[in-house]
Amino acid sequence: MMPAPESYVTDGHSTQEPRQPVVVLRDLEKRFGDFTAVNKVTLEVRKGEIFGFLGPNGAGKSTTIRMLCGILQPTGGMGSVAGFDITRQPEEIKKNIGYMSQRFSLYEDLTVEENIDFYSGIYQIPADKRAERKEWVLRMAGLEERRLSRTATLSGGWKQRLALGCAVLHAPPIIFLDEPTSGVDPLSRRNFWDLIYHLAEGGVTVFLTTHYMDEAEYCDRLGLIYRGELIAQGTPDELKTRYMAEDVMEIACAKPQEALRLITALPGIGYASLFGSKLHVVAEKGERTPEEFRQVLEREGIPTESVERVLPSLEDVFVSLIEARDRQEGAQREFAR
Amino acid sequence: MKIHRIRAVARKEFLHVIRDPRSLGMGIAIPLLLLFLFGYALTLDVDRVSLIVWDQDNTPTSRDFLSRFTGSRYFSLHAPATNYRDIEHAIDTRNALVAIVIPHDFTGRLDSGRDAPVQVLVDGTDSNTATIALGYAEAVAGEWSRSVVLKQALRGGERPLPQLVDLRPRIWYNSDMASKNYIFPGLIAVIMMVITALLTSLTVAREWETGTMEQLISTPLQGPEIIIGKLVPYFVIGLLDLLLSVLVGRFLFDVPLRGSLWLLTGLSVIFLISALSIGMLISIVTKSQLLASQLALVATMLPSFLLSGFMFPIENMPPPLQVMTHIISARYLVIILRGIYLKDVGLDVLYGEAAVLTLFGGVVITLAILKFRKKIT
Repeated sequence: MMPAPESYVTDGHSTQEPRQPVVVLRDLEKRFGDFTAVNKVTLEVRKGEIFGFLGPNGAGKSTTIRMLCGILQPTGGMGSVAGFDITRQPEEIKKNIGYMSQRFSLYEDLTVEENIDFYSGIYQIPADKRAERKEWVLRMAGLEERRLSRTATLSGGWKQRLALGCAVLHAPPIIFLDEPTSGVDPLSRRNFWDLIYHLAEGGVTVFLTTHYMDEAEYCDRLGLIYRGELIAQGTPDELKTRYMAEDVMEIACAKPQEALRLITALPGIGYASLFGSKLHVVAEKGERTPEEFRQVLEREGIPTESVERVLPSLEDVFVSLIEARDRQEGAQREFAR
Repeated sequence: MKIHRIRAVARKEFLHVIRDPRSLGMGIAIPLLLLFLFGYALTLDVDRVSLIVWDQDNTPTSRDFLSRFTGSRYFSLHAPATNYRDIEHAIDTRNALVAIVIPHDFTGRLDSGRDAPVQVLVDGTDSNTATIALGYAEAVAGEWSRSVVLKQALRGGERPLPQLVDLRPRIWYNSDMASKNYIFPGLIAVIMMVITALLTSLTVAREWETGTMEQLISTPLQGPEIIIGKLVPYFVIGLLDLLLSVLVGRFLFDVPLRGSLWLLTGLSVIFLISALSIGMLISIVTKSQLLASQLALVATMLPSFLLSGFMFPIENMPPPLQVMTHIISARYLVIILRGIYLKDVGLDVLYGEAAVLTLFGGVVITLAILKFRKKIT
């Protein structure tokens, strides 16, 4: 990896001391008319953390991130970033953050260098640091060879890295990235994550949104947001062990297609799917033991190699939580009638 | 406000303009086109009015009378007629604008000292031209009558009667009364208004549409810095248009610039700021390029063409419209430019217009800055 700029290095890695919360949300709310985009979200992100905001499209991720960047006025609750209130001191916040919006938002008709120069001008990077910072961004984004290319001619991954580069050009202590890797090929995503880790190691707090489950695994902590509500938060492991209401089994057997049909038809099965050559089954808690599955399959003449309880994937947790939420709301609606 | 950040925004905006041939074309080519179009095509002068005559008398006297018409530069003979059908046909086909019919007893009546009626038929479709043509005809006929009276008096050995009023007109400032000298200075005002407002109407809206504005408002960049930085390149284009117009006027159309070029530039700069800010304000409020450019056209082009006094004299408008013209900033620049171009007047005369323009520019740019929010709505 490229050497970090001085400003990040001196910032230091502060694992020893208790980490300060630098992003705080209390009952944060945003309503657009009758529609509640963000519903009383409360969470904290500590210094140097990579916090992932996970949720389907339209769940309120971008709305939340925009409020935290001070570019969208909340309708209720409070929030603070770097110690500044998002409603009253948005301009102070803007001095302390880097933001990368969901849409590519650099100037396509400018060259790579011109875009960097522009942001370096508006962030008022001192003249003697400018060249060094520019080289750092170019190196980080791997764009040294293409510094004179029009930004419009860059591929998606390069654009994302340039956008990230411009967002961290002024070495902000907190960066907000809204779906930074959507539409980017897997290799570029990998490179992008290397950059994020690198920044976090330098003490930068990273708040990002994603709907990729595999990316969520890379985060230190996650918040799951669904229909504007934060339905769970914790480290990826915590989410998998604490929030999963069902049992998850993995079954290795012959004729997996047929087995899938048989198992889906059983009562008490949340859902089952093929995962490679294995069956991935989510069953109601304590409803069925691995032995029962083996019996069902072998009765139908399907040789079964193994049935074991496994740690759920984040996707399992997420789907389980969403379904629980939908059931609850459905019940409430019934009750209200 | 930090000058460094304004400079960064201005530099970026310059790059957009240079990279986008459409905005350069709009900023330079369209003004040139308008200058040529209006400079060559738009003339209010009535010259060489086409004439058809039916001389029923056909004597040396009647021919002398007619030669006063055909010999002047205001009339040109289309064809002689021998009946009313010819005349009607010529006027209907627009081959003739004016017809003169001399009755067969024209010379006889004159010789016996009586009035000799001459019929003049004018195509009144274009009322303005008709009025002017009629004026020419009356002047020519009056002059000829006086010469006949004088001759008769001399021949009779009498002393000619003195004329009671002897008008001695002298035309100041535009002695040829060439309409181009009157139109051209106004044209500069109209061009600067339309082009600059149209150009700036796109800038803020474009950034909202492409999403780059969301990035900008998340930085410490302040609203006034964005607006002023964005105005700079279009201000330069506006100045370039002004320079082009003055040069074209001087060397192609021979429009004299009698007054101070510096005063002209200074007051145009004030006007330019208000025109640019109007476009900017529209862009900020609409946040849509399509809507903004259409609104800018309607809000600037129509009023500055119709209500600025550029083509149609404000004094001739109905009173409610006359009141409305006061909010058209081009109105003041039209007065200023005509004053400087033709009359060589200075601030001692133009201070009122200059003050209104300054106020106008100040109000509009303040509104633009106030209306710009570093927030998504």
